[in-house]
Amino acid sequence: MTGFVGAVVEAWDELRIHKLRVLLALIGVAAAVAAITGVTAAVQMLSQAFQEQGDRDVGRQVTVSVDAWPRGEQSAAPAALQAEYARVLERYDITWASRDWRTQVPFRFPDGTRPADVRAVDPELGTMQRVQVTEGRWFVDADVEALAPQLVVNRAFLDRLGVADLSEPVTVQLGDVAPVRSTVVGVVENRWSGPDYPAEAYVLYDQLARWYTPDSTPMYGQPAPTLSLWVPPEIVDELMPRLQTEVAAAVPGWDVSTWDNRNTGTAMLDGATRWIVLGVGAFALLLGGLGLVNIALVTVRYRIREIGIRRSFGATSGRIFVGVLLESVVATVVAGMVGVVIAVAVVKNIPADALFGGLQDRPPFPVSAALVGMACATAVGALAGILPATVAVRVKVIDAIRY
Amino acid sequence: MTMLELRDVTRDVLLPDDRVLHILRGVTLGVAAGEHVAVVGRSGTGKSTLLNILGLLDAPTSGEYLLEGTPVTALSNRRRTRRRGQDFGFVFQQFQLLPGRTALENVAAPLLYAQGRQFWRRRDLAAAMLDRVGLGDRLDTMPEKLSGGEQQRVAVARALVRGPRVILADEPTGALDVETGQQIMDLLDDVASETGAALVTITHDLAVAARASRHYRLAEGVLVPVDVGGAGRVADWVGDVPTHLPTGRTHVPELGPSVPAEVQR
Repeated sequence: MTGFVGAVVEAWDELRIHKLRVLLALIGVAAAVAAITGVTAAVQMLSQAFQEQGDRDVGRQVTVSVDAWPRGEQSAAPAALQAEYARVLERYDITWASRDWRTQVPFRFPDGTRPADVRAVDPELGTMQRVQVTEGRWFVDADVEALAPQLVVNRAFLDRLGVADLSEPVTVQLGDVAPVRSTVVGVVENRWSGPDYPAEAYVLYDQLARWYTPDSTPMYGQPAPTLSLWVPPEIVDELMPRLQTEVAAAVPGWDVSTWDNRNTGTAMLDGATRWIVLGVGAFALLLGGLGLVNIALVTVRYRIREIGIRRSFGATSGRIFVGVLLESVVATVVAGMVGVVIAVAVVKNIPADALFGGLQDRPPFPVSAALVGMACATAVGALAGILPATVAVRVKVIDAIRY
Repeated sequence: MTMLELRDVTRDVLLPDDRVLHILRGVTLGVAAGEHVAVVGRSGTGKSTLLNILGLLDAPTSGEYLLEGTPVTALSNRRRTRRRGQDFGFVFQQFQLLPGRTALENVAAPLLYAQGRQFWRRRDLAAAMLDRVGLGDRLDTMPEKLSGGEQQRVAVARALVRGPRVILADEPTGALDVETGQQIMDLLDDVASETGAALVTITHDLAVAARASRHYRLAEGVLVPVDVGGAGRVADWVGDVPTHLPTGRTHVPELGPSVPAEVQR
């Protein structure tokens, strides 16, 4: 016990006394650990940004979608399809689901009544597709019962209304045959910048069905809404064929198709970047370790007399070996900690919104990367310490004292 | 009881040109507990080698070395090392203090290799020992800020802090002026007497050697007892009068043809 504690104390004393040498030796190791940890965190953020962008485009992983198209006049009524959708949710106890119907609806803009692209959805879609409302709010369940339709519009829609923001209540007339005044409750940003970005709006499916009759306008888009389901990945393969069979059976005369978004993820990015990061980190650690070996070897030669004096105190060769080895290990552990602290400081202060376009779920600090970095640094320290420790043990006591 | 006993010990070294250098030739020596033995001789006669063998830093080529009656060859490397730490305290000519460490840290350094209470209370023990050698107020001073005498006091404190049974002093006053050298020797004598430790001093300085109870001369690897009372000539002490004395000291010539009475005490 005292032997080990003594070796650690001795190693720590060496580091304390030779701060500059240690600092020089360890800059590379600290930088490597900071790089491994920091870049891993950055890659995680980048992956998360890609993931969230993907979620906005095609829904979260895994989203299963059910589409149905009538084959002809003899097809069952769309109401039968929606009833079957409701049964599906109940049968499989699915919490996260939304109808998604893309159509065009006329709105009365200052320059006249013009059609705008509308997505009629359920409130759950906001979470399922990470809809980012920059002003106002997204729909809540209670909005279904509201006495007027409510809208979440894009910036282009708001601009077309001639309104700058939602500081004052904003309303717009929806429909043409039996128009109803709808209220804008939230704003999302345009998907990309440009002067001709079209006006778009979200509306709750049930409200649109209540206040607006699609038949009053020329038919546009899908005859029936898509049903999107956010489900655990492990049930997807089993769920999809059953959904197809059951929905098709419930609505004779309709073509029913199901698809999922598993092939649209960021797995390739994750895998490639992870290997690149690991490779760069390992190379940096190798360089840091070589620097450490170099300085440690020079230092041992410089300390030969001291090693001889310690042998005269009764230090065994094993103790000298462990002492020199521990110096290296303790130093790299400290360097690893410094590297992790630097990485934490950088990652916590990284302008993720500016770099990655606003993350909804900022990934937690990659503790595992920090631990791996620390473990690698310690291993490098041990490897880098073996050579000088071996040299130290081979020092002849007599020669060392006279050195 | 004989603490250290050398029986017909030799130490040879193979030179790069395959010649054999005989450093020690048939050395026989016994040192009892509490005894003060001095070995004098010219540079290169094997004095330090003898001390290193006594201190288990080196091993004889032939002959026998008994440590409290046990042949050291019967001890494992590890055991020899442990006994070196426990039983021997070394005082070197050039102090050999560890750089970058305070006086206290230097004195505490040997206790890093001790066990139990000595290990855990090393700073207290080191402080007490520094106080004992008169440096209680210089605990946190770096060696380079200390005078030569103070540095050697630190080295003495370091040699004594584990309570050794044998103190091996290799030219302990070699780098000090006469007065400071005497103070250091007074200290070593006092502590050795207090603790009953054997003291083996290797020196060029006849005044230092004269303090010992037994005296030896080492010449060309051969150890010869010297009778102080009957040895009036310097040549009897050190063999041939050295043409060059280390550190530029002039003690030997100053002694003249006979050793002064106060040196011979």
